[in-house]
Amino acid sequence: MSNEVLLGAYVFMLAIWVGNEVISKVPSTLHTPLMSGANAIHGIIIVGALLVATALPGPLGTVLGFLAVVLGTINVVGGFVVTDRMLQMFKARPRPAKPAETK
Amino acid sequence: MEQLREFVPWIYLIAAITFIFGLKGLSGPTTAQLGNRVAAAGMLAAVIATFLEQQVAAAWVLVLPAIAIGTVIGFVGARQVPMTAMPQMVAIFNGAGGGAAALVSTLEYLRATGAGGASVGEVIAILLGLMIGAVSFSGSIIAFGKLQGLIDAKAFKYAGQQLVTGGLFGGMLLLALLLVADAAGILAAPKELALGLVGLLALAFGVALVMPIGGADMPVVISLLNAYTGLAVAMAGLAIGNQMLIVAGTLVGASGTILTRLMSKAMNRSLGNVLFGAFGAAPAAKTGAKTDDGRTFREVSAEDAAILLGYAQSVIIVPGYGLAVAQAQHNVRELADLLEAKGIEVRYAIHPVAGRMPGHMNVLLAEANVPYEKLFDMEQINEDFQRADVALVIGANDVTNPAARKDTSSPIYGMPILNVDQAQNIIVIKRSMKPGFAGIDNELYLDPKTGMLFGDAKEAVSRVVNELKKAA
Repeated sequence: MSNEVLLGAYVFMLAIWVGNEVISKVPSTLHTPLMSGANAIHGIIIVGALLVATALPGPLGTVLGFLAVVLGTINVVGGFVVTDRMLQMFKARPRPAKPAETK
Repeated sequence: MEQLREFVPWIYLIAAITFIFGLKGLSGPTTAQLGNRVAAAGMLAAVIATFLEQQVAAAWVLVLPAIAIGTVIGFVGARQVPMTAMPQMVAIFNGAGGGAAALVSTLEYLRATGAGGASVGEVIAILLGLMIGAVSFSGSIIAFGKLQGLIDAKAFKYAGQQLVTGGLFGGMLLLALLLVADAAGILAAPKELALGLVGLLALAFGVALVMPIGGADMPVVISLLNAYTGLAVAMAGLAIGNQMLIVAGTLVGASGTILTRLMSKAMNRSLGNVLFGAFGAAPAAKTGAKTDDGRTFREVSAEDAAILLGYAQSVIIVPGYGLAVAQAQHNVRELADLLEAKGIEVRYAIHPVAGRMPGHMNVLLAEANVPYEKLFDMEQINEDFQRADVALVIGANDVTNPAARKDTSSPIYGMPILNVDQAQNIIVIKRSMKPGFAGIDNELYLDPKTGMLFGDAKEAVSRVVNELKKAA
């Protein structure tokens, strides 16, 4: 059991490093979309919510589990959609650069 | 079904990789949209894979309606919200994630205690997930309320504030330690009661943390709370033993912290200053009273403004939150087109924190098809203000306040500003003489070179456009 926590702690350490590396230089124009995109990514808590939704029998557990899934879903769906909408506006420019963007 | 289940951890691994690529993509302008979509696809795969787990599939009656409700709220919210309300929308989505992390931690604790108790390491992770998640939840809601205007945006200060905030934090930590000691078998604590109290104190602490912060600093706060939620998710992942949650949460926690520091650097303030410095509180009122004495401002009509602009050679437009609120970006574009047709050079000066979030103005102007190359960062254009004939300030306030350069007693002293006051003429479009978001007066408006054109940004700009068309 505590081995699992230790393994998790290693993953945690390495992920801190990766997170630092990935966001080294960001133009200030992209701060908002990046924040919003990162916001959507921590919506992964929805998976945690799904996994423990029925962990606790009884009405309290059911209510908490239900709420956790609702909140997690709001985070994921809202986060990605709002980020996409922001980025859409950067793209919508009458410049030739546009068609090249769709890889 | 059983065989398929073996793939679940692998799909989680792939999802974690898409998150890394997604974040990487989001930090470059050309790859941002792709990055976001890649991460979204990874997320979808992870959620679907989770349904291969027996206990999740069995609970579909509970889980599917919850997903449906969350999807509708999230989708409609994200689609319907006007661009101006984007920052508070991000805040609310972030709060939802924090709340979910707190609930997952709570459920895991109650499950583990029912099943014979959790290890000390697990309990620590659970408590951190609960506390950080709950702080992020209540803090985000306050941030949302301030930006939406539901709560007074000014810094909320009262006597003994530090004591109250510190007390909440200390009490929360003490109870958490009690639960850790309980898990270690040192003493027996009333588990459910103590856990509930930890959660409540964390919620109260989140409120106490964000209430004293002025509205102008909200972007930094939201970014910080975003990083908090990431951490809370990582801790929840640690508690339930899910590596993907740990990776995704930590990525956001780490990158969010860097982003927060970048943002506070753009305002030339340390993070500690944002969190604990009183911004727009008592001392601001004092400076205001001083400059108000005797000096007056000059009001101009749309016609005056049109004439001034029509005879200029070089115009710099300084957009701010007022432009966003009024949705004036299309009118501003029209104005710029008219001026350019006369051979006048029109450029836009974008302060790093103009609007309520970095990049806010860029997004809005891009929506109105303003060419990207006409938008200039503060460092690029600040030298040019002295050669500009007219600086047209549309709903921007604090980022143009010369007090930041000169007045050491000003609460925004030291914040880099746009050198609007160096332009030959200044036209300020503003609804009234009311101070801006930082709650302090702007002496730019009292400058003899400055003409104030009062009105809603959209309506005022279109009045100027009409005058220009008449003259042509």
